[in-house]
Amino acid sequence: MDYSQFLAMKQEIGLLVLFLVVFIYDIFMPARAAKALPGVTAAGLLILTVAGFFPCLLGCPSDEAISVFGGMYVNSPIITAIKGILNIGVFIVLIQSIKWANSEGMAMRRGEFYDLLLVTLFGMYLMISARHFLLFVIGLESASLPLAAMVALDKSRYESREAAIKYMMTAIFSSAVFMMGLSFVYGLTGSLFFNDIYFTLALGEGVNALLILAMILVIGGIGFKLSLVPFHLWTADVYQGAPTSVTSYLSVISKGAAAFAFMVILAQAFGCIYEQVWEWMLYAIIILTITIGNLFAIRQRNMKRFLAFSSISQAGYIMLGIIADNVMGSAAMMYYIFVYIFSNLAAFGVAQAVENQSGKISIDDYRGMSKSNPALAFCMMLAMFSLAGIPPFAGFFSKFFIFTAAINQGSIEIYVLVLIALINTIISLFYYLLVVKSMYITPGEPVVARFKSAWSERLGLIITVGGIIALGICSCVYNWLLSTAAQSEFLSIFTRSI
Amino acid sequence: MDITTTLPVLALLILVIPLFNFLWLGIAGCKLPHKVAAAFGIVGMGTCLVFACMIAYTYFFGGDAAFQTVLADGTLERLPYTVFDHTWLAFTQNLVIKLGFYLDPISAMMLVVITTISFCVHLYSLGYMDGERGFQRYYAFLSLFSFSMLGLVVATNIFQMYIFWELVGASSYLLIGFYYTLPSAVSASKKAFIVTRFADLGFLIGILLLSFYTDTFDFATLNSNPGAVLASTGGATFMGASVLTWALVLIYVGGMGKSAMMPLHIWLPDAMEGPTPVSALIHAATMVVAGVYLVARLFPLYMLEYAATVFIAVVGACTAFYAAVVACAQIDIKRVLAFSTISQIAFMMVSLGVASLGNGEVCHHGLGYMASMFHLFTHAMFKALLFLGAGALIHAVHSNNYTAMGGLRKYMPITHITFLIGCLAIAGIPPFSGFFSKDEILSAAYAWSPFMGVWMTIVAALTAFYMFRLYYLIFWWNDPKFHHTPHDAPWSMSIPLVFLAAVSCVAGFIPFGHYVTWNHLTYDIHLDGAIAISSVIIAILAISLATIMYRKENSLPAKFRAAMPCLWEWAHHRFYWDELYMFVTHKIIFNGICRPIAWFDRHIIDGTMDGFAYITNKASWSIRTLQSGQIQMYVWIYLVGALIIGGIAMLVALA
Repeated sequence: MDYSQFLAMKQEIGLLVLFLVVFIYDIFMPARAAKALPGVTAAGLLILTVAGFFPCLLGCPSDEAISVFGGMYVNSPIITAIKGILNIGVFIVLIQSIKWANSEGMAMRRGEFYDLLLVTLFGMYLMISARHFLLFVIGLESASLPLAAMVALDKSRYESREAAIKYMMTAIFSSAVFMMGLSFVYGLTGSLFFNDIYFTLALGEGVNALLILAMILVIGGIGFKLSLVPFHLWTADVYQGAPTSVTSYLSVISKGAAAFAFMVILAQAFGCIYEQVWEWMLYAIIILTITIGNLFAIRQRNMKRFLAFSSISQAGYIMLGIIADNVMGSAAMMYYIFVYIFSNLAAFGVAQAVENQSGKISIDDYRGMSKSNPALAFCMMLAMFSLAGIPPFAGFFSKFFIFTAAINQGSIEIYVLVLIALINTIISLFYYLLVVKSMYITPGEPVVARFKSAWSERLGLIITVGGIIALGICSCVYNWLLSTAAQSEFLSIFTRSI
Repeated sequence: MDITTTLPVLALLILVIPLFNFLWLGIAGCKLPHKVAAAFGIVGMGTCLVFACMIAYTYFFGGDAAFQTVLADGTLERLPYTVFDHTWLAFTQNLVIKLGFYLDPISAMMLVVITTISFCVHLYSLGYMDGERGFQRYYAFLSLFSFSMLGLVVATNIFQMYIFWELVGASSYLLIGFYYTLPSAVSASKKAFIVTRFADLGFLIGILLLSFYTDTFDFATLNSNPGAVLASTGGATFMGASVLTWALVLIYVGGMGKSAMMPLHIWLPDAMEGPTPVSALIHAATMVVAGVYLVARLFPLYMLEYAATVFIAVVGACTAFYAAVVACAQIDIKRVLAFSTISQIAFMMVSLGVASLGNGEVCHHGLGYMASMFHLFTHAMFKALLFLGAGALIHAVHSNNYTAMGGLRKYMPITHITFLIGCLAIAGIPPFSGFFSKDEILSAAYAWSPFMGVWMTIVAALTAFYMFRLYYLIFWWNDPKFHHTPHDAPWSMSIPLVFLAAVSCVAGFIPFGHYVTWNHLTYDIHLDGAIAISSVIIAILAISLATIMYRKENSLPAKFRAAMPCLWEWAHHRFYWDELYMFVTHKIIFNGICRPIAWFDRHIIDGTMDGFAYITNKASWSIRTLQSGQIQMYVWIYLVGALIIGGIAMLVALA
């Protein structure tokens, strides 16, 4: 075996090194240095993030896709880009978690959180880079199961335990479903390599019931990670029960990685049966996801449950980039994930700061916050505006690009889909503005007293709010993603016609 | 001055300084003391004035080959010059919106006019607005206006002009409504904005028509080859007139709104609710001549369409006469000046209209164009002078009506002398500036049509009459008892008066034809003896009549009024134009169109939206059991949902 092939996995190796450093630090450092662990992890990840953008360090060294291990693993500029985006998000999550991780009850479990987090991130890297379903499943599992432990970190709390059990059960079930789908695919095509599946399906006799069953099972398996409707029911309970740092990680990073991997699978392995099979599945799922996510979000009073349903409907918008099935769609999807990271983490950042301080988590408790904590209220307002897609904040541009990409697909049914999505943005505006209303308009004495947030919380909010304001206006971000997507290996997939 | 490096910097600074002042005073102004805020405005505008003079001097006298060329027969041709032209928005290959700085004789002249008057007004306001609430806001708005007006005159393309056109409209709105606690000021500002905005609709349609056929917004392209513009319309016609005529007339409608031509003049008299220095700057000297400037800017195109220029001339002639008659019967001194402004702007419009004979032919060497611009220049100076003088009077007696004045010559000598100079200038008495420019306009009018010449001479006579009526009623007439003895204004208000009076005395001797002509070639002004003498005699007769009637308090005016009660009533009520507008808008438009639409909006559209909200709410309520909290239920829905979606896909795929 040619061990130089491992050199293609530079980012994974870097992450592994970071994991080992954190692990060893956690075990061997004296207790008085333990509080520096979150900072060390964040710094290490920052180095990893920055290095990932430079081809001479950890980035992808060439414009071409590098395929190693017999085609099981691929690295290319677009893959480096999405990993970089995820790294930025993880970095923000780490910053935001510092106060919580250094709190009283977490002293024993601080290291576990960071170890497990890095392991799941490693799994997500594999999901993104895998071009063989076995490797993909390894990635999927290592991104799922440690998360159950992370959800249970607060194990003295009943909700945390309940959430962990629910998450684990659903994860196992969905893995089983996914495997079942895979076994059908294997039976139909005789291979687990994405490319082989693609060509076999392209040359095969066409669509049959088994293929459709296999497809929906595969989609369901990944749809669980993305919390697409109807595979989403675990989301609200888990988000509510898990510690807020874990929730924000689940809602943003885990979702972003799964979305990209989902696109890779659908385009690379099943691209040739787009029209016949999965366009319509995705079509139904998108409508359901956006609408049901919105309808539930309207009723929520708990901030974390509310954000859970909002993230469900946001996942529906992300799927628009996949159903667009073109280069702009993949660029718009990555841009959407990027912007969504900033917007959602800003909202979680505020929620976390308020929760850490006062334990309040209901939207009603945000009443009068514009007076008692104007800076936090302002950050929350920007986050809500961005999630709702109000110009000139980044969320508007991400929605705009993803709608444009979907429209570019050209068929009339996609126009209808975009129309439905647009109507849903109006509904979503309603509940996002409810939060703003609660903070700014609803009369009454402030529930949460004035407090000074920790430096780490403030740093996290500054980064996210800066991103919300700047990402939309700096056109270079989207242009970079578009040019990266245009030279990616998907281009050949999207334009391939057999 | 090196034109490739210094000029763009100066040009940019002229625009940036007022914009900066607007933002700075607008944001941080309320924290600044009054004097500091005023100092920012005055110093900024003074700097702009210096820069504008430098640019104009370089352009007219610098002799650079980029600005002028000597033709074979030894005459001098001035060349337009684009200082910079930045691409702002590029929608498609053809639809490109640029922002730039265009230098040609009229824009160079306008730069000087605007910055001079604006500087005078900035300085004057220091005294006039002393201690007013919102003093800093006032200076911020003045800066915004100056920025917009400068941007308008240097526009390189018609779209940039439109942008700044709207900006001057907005800043005019803000300044008319400066005393926003007064209901009259609020309604006046709304009226001004709505009427001009309505006219701008015509302007916009005109722009769209013109650019649709010519594929360009650029003035340089349009003006350098008007024949191609004519050809590009391909002889398309609409309702009997060519498309180009329609486009030009519609663009002119925008100018009619801003320049208060009939029937869109109704906003200007009401705009006098704003502070008087604002009236001097915006509603006398600069913004209201934007319409004239617009026509002059596109003159090479207007020359092609006789119908359009005849329309301009006729509308101008009617407006000039109407406004002059109304001005004879007003009590509020600012309204007299407002109607006089309308009448004088109409003079300029007529002058532009009579300069052309259609098909690119000009009448009487294109004298009208030069005369119009000359009158624009002189009028800006003496009308600003008159308004600032009126401001000093109002400042002294705290009333806008001449009935509260009289005999003021003894108390306010500086105001008296400068106001008299302004009156002499507008009446057309040599050697004051108005005589020269008005004489050129009359010559041009006679050359176009004797009827037009006679008509405009009558208007000129009326002008002399009402101005001296005003003058005598303010400074002579009777000698009422004042509560506080009126006195001349402080230095900051007197200096601009004296300066503008001095300019009005000498501006007539500027060889204007050497600088601004329709074809950018030098033209020597020569007074037409017969016309000059006759117009002076008529003006003197009119002034004599005013002297007889108003010099000392007597019963003659009352007798006249009693003899023609109808005429006086109609003129005093401005021929009931406002009432007509009220009737049309309230009775016809509001009742006939707006009410049904409002009903539709309230019941159908709102009802639909409420219905959506109701359905959403109901649906959200009815599906809540889905989220039961039981994990076996979750998994069940997971599986069944997947199978149903698979079933749908199967139906679609295998159908």
